Amino acid sequence: MNNKPKYTIAVTGLNAIDSPGPGLAVIRSLRDAESFDVRIIGLAYENLEPGIYMDQYIDKSYKVPFPTAGSEALLSRLDYINKKENIDFIFPNFDAELFHYIKIQEELNNELGIKMVLPSLEQFEARQKAVLHQYGIDHGITVPKSDMVNNHTQTLKKAEEYGYPVVIKGRFYDAKIAYSPEQATSYFNSITAKWGLPIIVQEFVQGTEVNVCGLGNGNGDLIGAVPMRKLYITDKGKAWAGVTLDNQDLLNITNQMVNSTKWNGPFELEFIKTEDNKYYLLEINPRFPAWCYLTTGAGQNQVEALVNLGMGKKVDPFLSYEIGKMFIRYSEDMIVDIEKFKSISTLGEL
Amino acid sequence: MKVKSNIATSDSGFIFNPNTGESFSLNPIGNKILEWMRNKKSHEEIISLVQNEYSIDTDTIEKDLKDFTESLKQYQVLEEKTI
Repeated sequence: MNNKPKYTIAVTGLNAIDSPGPGLAVIRSLRDAESFDVRIIGLAYENLEPGIYMDQYIDKSYKVPFPTAGSEALLSRLDYINKKENIDFIFPNFDAELFHYIKIQEELNNELGIKMVLPSLEQFEARQKAVLHQYGIDHGITVPKSDMVNNHTQTLKKAEEYGYPVVIKGRFYDAKIAYSPEQATSYFNSITAKWGLPIIVQEFVQGTEVNVCGLGNGNGDLIGAVPMRKLYITDKGKAWAGVTLDNQDLLNITNQMVNSTKWNGPFELEFIKTEDNKYYLLEINPRFPAWCYLTTGAGQNQVEALVNLGMGKKVDPFLSYEIGKMFIRYSEDMIVDIEKFKSISTLGEL
Repeated sequence: MKVKSNIATSDSGFIFNPNTGESFSLNPIGNKILEWMRNKKSHEEIISLVQNEYSIDTDTIEKDLKDFTESLKQYQVLEEKTI
């Protein structure tokens, strides 16, 4: 007899495209969970997010308002969806939407009975790219120098100070390496046009990129952590293949970060490892990355652990993972009936 | 010439360094030399073992072994910095 609880879990980030959201990887981990069964509700922003049409993973999908519509609009839509679906848990997966979910976390819990496990607003704000250098100083982690700028004169001044090449970054997304003032100006303009101000200028550190996907329980304990090196990177800088590493240095830094910040919830740490084996923290993403299914494949279903944390269950830290486990991403064309597209386009649900 | 304990090798010569995530392939003699290094054979013993299997003069083996060891160090397969 199956005594496992069945949770209805809503997940965002269904854009399994060339710059993929983490939604599908999260859902696959949820479907692999051994401690509970799931009904999956997809929350989408665009009509063509592939996850909407993947019946094998998602039971029902709803459109939700873009983050620019604000927290109230989101809460109202979630209230509507919850009346139909009785959601137990929500998994927000986009940086840009997290602020709103953190703001409505209490209302979702108290009024709709929906759980989430998210960093606090202070934790979320403190690791923003613009202030990451200070964050590193506060928590004993090496971070490249960086500063926030609002116009191209400031960009050039800061680039001059750090010396070329420098990294020009959007507040939430995008990063380009500029080797000259002309390139710095050009990237400032293109990133501003796409993602708005401010822009971050960051000292360039030469080395190999290595990442860690992990989970903190909010009390300073690291529940799980798996380091990965990208083996194939797309022109958008996304991992198309990667392998788990045996790297105690990275695990020690991760442990220190979680311990010092009392990080609550999922995270991805992006590092550069230099030739002399120093690690520079480039970014903290306050959510699971799109490659998080690798952690499940390597023996740490961190997604399952996060849900259990949210549902108030006792969750023991993972003690190991498989080293040398790889992921290789692929794309395929789905054949979809136009009726489905019509439904999500006109009714906002499928 | 101590090979790091966590370096994964296979009979086919495929090497995976789990610390860096890098992998590469060795030819049969390279694979044998790595195996001898793993078995803690000395530099001189390895030269002698190569000479027993291949009809090559000692100077050539010395030079090739030095190049090979440098490559292994570059790929962070060896513990020690010097031969």
